[in-house]
Amino acid sequence: MKSGSNLEKVLTEGHFAVTSEMGPPKGTSADFVRKTAEHLKHCCDAMNVTDNQTAIVRMSSLAACAILRQMGIDPVMQMVTRDRNRLAMQSDILGAVALGIRNLLCLTGDHQKFGNHPTAKNVHDIDSIQLEQMIKTMRDDGLFMSEDKISGDVPIFIGAAANPFADPFEFRVLRLAKKIKAGADFIQTQAVFDIPRFAKWMEMVRDQGLHEQVYILAGLIPMKSVGMARYMKKYVAGLMIPDELVERMAGTSDAKEEGVNIACELIEQIRDIPGVRGIHIMAVAWEEIVPGIVERAQLLPRPIV
Amino acid sequence: MIVGEQKPLEEIKELVADHERILVLGCGTCVTVCFTGGEKEVGILASSLRMATKIDGQGKVFDEQTVQRQCEWEFLDTIEEEIKEHDLILSMACGIGVQAIVERFPRARVAPAINTTFLGLPEEHGLWTERCAACGECVLHRTAGVCPIARCAKSLMNGPCGGSQDGKCEIDPEVQCAWQLIYDRLKAQGRLDQMLEIMPAKDWSTSRDGGPRRLVRQDLRID
Repeated sequence: MKSGSNLEKVLTEGHFAVTSEMGPPKGTSADFVRKTAEHLKHCCDAMNVTDNQTAIVRMSSLAACAILRQMGIDPVMQMVTRDRNRLAMQSDILGAVALGIRNLLCLTGDHQKFGNHPTAKNVHDIDSIQLEQMIKTMRDDGLFMSEDKISGDVPIFIGAAANPFADPFEFRVLRLAKKIKAGADFIQTQAVFDIPRFAKWMEMVRDQGLHEQVYILAGLIPMKSVGMARYMKKYVAGLMIPDELVERMAGTSDAKEEGVNIACELIEQIRDIPGVRGIHIMAVAWEEIVPGIVERAQLLPRPIV
Repeated sequence: MIVGEQKPLEEIKELVADHERILVLGCGTCVTVCFTGGEKEVGILASSLRMATKIDGQGKVFDEQTVQRQCEWEFLDTIEEEIKEHDLILSMACGIGVQAIVERFPRARVAPAINTTFLGLPEEHGLWTERCAACGECVLHRTAGVCPIARCAKSLMNGPCGGSQDGKCEIDPEVQCAWQLIYDRLKAQGRLDQMLEIMPAKDWSTSRDGGPRRLVRQDLRID
């Protein structure tokens, strides 16, 4: 075991993993974190906490993860390279371990232009691949990036993102290989709507044997309305939504129900693709829908490991 | 070249508000080439300011001058008297020119009429784009001659990120994804294996992060 996290145990025991995600509040309420987490607690193996998602300031991922730990939840702390330099990141990783956080997802982060502080300076001292490498060195060699020795263990299950829908497509598998080389233990992908493209990507992943070197969890975003579908299709770079799904969302009288139907169908199709080891449901600001989806997808109860 | 852009006239009017005798001072090098602060632009700005301040009922004098390079003291020395005769030097050079005047003539009051925008090149007529961040540790040999520090919005050393689509950067459909360019060039040259190597964390100490930089060339020192 690299970290002993619940997520790592579920995956190593061969279960089809379910992770979900919460966005901390734009404020100070620990109750908000607890209430949101309550919705998700019993239907996932680990819970991601976003790190100033879309460059909008929120309660820190570290603090919200600490609250989840108090609730007995296995958090996946997201960390973007946009807001911190190598000193701050290493220091937060030490703090995270001290608070019982065992999973960390390494991300670059959306550009600050999209957030509520567009005039901010970004950091990008290191990039997400270098962050993975840094954590691996901290964990496996007990060394900081400076090669100074760390006191105590750094048991972290290292996560990375992959986007099969961004360009250049042929490079996306090579980039995954690069992330594995850097230290990624598990992957959470961008939300999958376009099954043929995702299946093609997975085929390329299998051709290189990468599915045996890293646990791949396919991302899923339940759609709440046709407006949301259209917005994501048009404005979110690196997200592909087939017209057919947008039309289904437009042509229904109960968009939320149709969104859930689509989510469940996607899970079923994703599960049929060899090499996929789990699903990562991102329903930020619609967390209450997740238990129903997981139940309908027959992924309940979650294994106790 | 160093590329600059003139500040809005309203802002420049505020800069000259408390002054009577103003020398609009151009530079004959980079900002001339990018049509921002050469002799011609000095003439246009000085006339605009004469008209604008006349309308506002202010009796200000705007004189014009352009030196070959504002960033070298020897060129500034040729206009020492003119500088001393004016109570404000409105510099149309880059930030280096402004500071060169201040250092050579400690009593001179200097204000910048342009914003120094970046180190770049003219891509098309009327379009300049950034190419270099002067980071002090060039990696262009590893990135097919395309700079990820200056041209990737996140200065990624191991790109492209998930925001690259159709060759464009997530920040703006007008901005090319630097890593797509790097990928295309390496692929065309049969050197894609280069992109599989993990580029190590950058040493930023050679960049601005190491503090103000200086360069000493012993072979050129006189003493």
